[in-house]
Amino acid sequence: MQLDIRLPIGGMFSLFGLILIVYGALSPSGIYGKSLGININLWWGVILLGFGVVMLLLAWKASPKKQP
Amino acid sequence: MQSMQLHLVDYVILVSYFVFVLGIGAALRRFVKTGNDFFLSGRAIPAWITGLAFISANLGAQEVIGMGASGAKYGIMTSHFYWVGAIPAMVFVGIFMMPFYYGSKARSVPEYLKLRFDEKTRGLNAISFTVMTVFSSGVSMYALAKLFGILLGWNFNFSIIISGVIVLIYIFMGGLTSAIYNEVLQFFLIVLGFLPLVLLGLKDVGGWQGLQTKLTIVATTPPNHFAPGAWSESWSNMGSASANPMGVDWFGMVMGLGFVLSFGYWCTDFLVVQRAMAANSMSAARRTPLIAAVPKMFFPFLVILPGMIAIALTYAGGASGFALPRKEGGVFDYDMAIPMMLAHYFPSGMLGLGLTALMASFMSGMAGNVTAFNTVLTYDIYQSYVNPNKSDAHYLWMGRMATIFGIGLSVAAAYVAAKFNNIMDLLQLVFAFVNAPLFATFLLGMFWRRTTGHGAFFGLLAGTAAAALHHGLTIPAGALTLIKGGWLLGGANPLHTYPSEMAQNFWTAIFAWTTCFVATIVISFLTRQKKSEAELKGLVYSLTPRIREEGVPWYKSPALLGVVVLLAAIILNIIFW
Repeated sequence: MQLDIRLPIGGMFSLFGLILIVYGALSPSGIYGKSLGININLWWGVILLGFGVVMLLLAWKASPKKQP
Repeated sequence: MQSMQLHLVDYVILVSYFVFVLGIGAALRRFVKTGNDFFLSGRAIPAWITGLAFISANLGAQEVIGMGASGAKYGIMTSHFYWVGAIPAMVFVGIFMMPFYYGSKARSVPEYLKLRFDEKTRGLNAISFTVMTVFSSGVSMYALAKLFGILLGWNFNFSIIISGVIVLIYIFMGGLTSAIYNEVLQFFLIVLGFLPLVLLGLKDVGGWQGLQTKLTIVATTPPNHFAPGAWSESWSNMGSASANPMGVDWFGMVMGLGFVLSFGYWCTDFLVVQRAMAANSMSAARRTPLIAAVPKMFFPFLVILPGMIAIALTYAGGASGFALPRKEGGVFDYDMAIPMMLAHYFPSGMLGLGLTALMASFMSGMAGNVTAFNTVLTYDIYQSYVNPNKSDAHYLWMGRMATIFGIGLSVAAAYVAAKFNNIMDLLQLVFAFVNAPLFATFLLGMFWRRTTGHGAFFGLLAGTAAAALHHGLTIPAGALTLIKGGWLLGGANPLHTYPSEMAQNFWTAIFAWTTCFVATIVISFLTRQKKSEAELKGLVYSLTPRIREEGVPWYKSPALLGVVVLLAAIILNIIFW
């Protein structure tokens, strides 16, 4: 295939995950009253990062390294 | 209504999304060398990607905002738009119709009509389709600009320009592949952006059990006098139209929505069919709508549930402090259900993600319309009637021009929508009349070889006329304007008063379909079949050899997948009966 779609998907969600994790770690806990006291940025950031990394791994595994 | 306060982190997420979207377009640019690449993705895309693009193209503004609104207004009954009004038709198009679409090598749905019937049937379909797609994408743009104006205080022109320019650039560069790739990206963004909203909302109301309890208050608080389960049971209250908030009975729903409207959309609308046509093999093309059906089945939990939670919290009042805003006059502004839920539960950071997902849903809907528009305009109108026999490079150029033209017209339509709301309502009504009978034409065309070109063309016209006639002679209860029906009456009593607008729409569709079906058969018998059997090979069921899919493992068999998907949909219906 011309461009593995999993690369941009993995890249974007890894980036979003990292942004949310960092923001979640640095932001004051006061803003999480909205989300029922859960630091949703941190937790959802971890999930997004996990999803992004899996996508990147799948793309990397499928990349045509040994093409004749 | 107070607008949301976005922080730097939210903007960083939104802007990064734009960068990725444009980056995909730029990366694909060098692969677009021929018209085939631009309009059909070179028929080289694997099934899981076309499958996700298939639902994403349909996942426009109307879907996310509209289904959330219906969830608040009608409750879990809204799931009929999925489990009855989408899944069966998606299975049907994959198993029975895709062999003709993909196998005929037609480049568009109107082109299939030309191969199967004649020039005038194609022309009718191509013209009504192009006008319709431009207006849908314009309405989508208008809705986006209006919503972002309310939520974020964004300038109307700014929202229109930013969304239009981004969609334009990535389609201009990468053609259909770019639209499809971005639709897959948008699909994941929409799922991962709205899922935490559903989880937080459910936790807040005490899970499904808690939600059910709270919804009994919604169903029984005056002016609502329904059974306690009216918002949390999908079928139990459909015995009569007056027993449920939608105002439809099960027959009108199953025939009108489940059969006519749903099959008419999923099986004949080039917007979705184009995604399957880009697949890399017949087997992949057939699996496209079936793969799409799997996430589609679970979308009610993503888009309807937040609306239900919103209405439950509004009625319960109290600690949560969530209340659905009201319009002037005191009726709920249901369209704000999902945006208000985002503002209520998401702190900055997640809010950026949620709004980006909302933006993505608008853009995927718009891009779907634009790619379908540029293909039909180039192949079915420009190449057929304006400038035939040019080089492929010329049509590739024309496709890019058509993209600019399509976006330009969409922008114009968005401004028309902003100024004259009634014109948009009127147009949508006319499209409904044109679309309602369409599935009868395709069904007869594909499965009855005797169907003639004259039969198809005049059958379609008769069906459209029947829709208009039915709508003009009946009214829904409480109709105040003629656009809701009864415009042929001139003050006389309507022939029938439907309990709700939705019931009237469903029955308009049923009448249109039946008229088209009967008229097409009668006219076909009266006219001569001009197409020879050789010409119809590959276009009609009885003249097409059965497909033997070699080298496709059993678990990828479309028939098996179709059965599994249907069973799952039945189980979901039973669980939420």
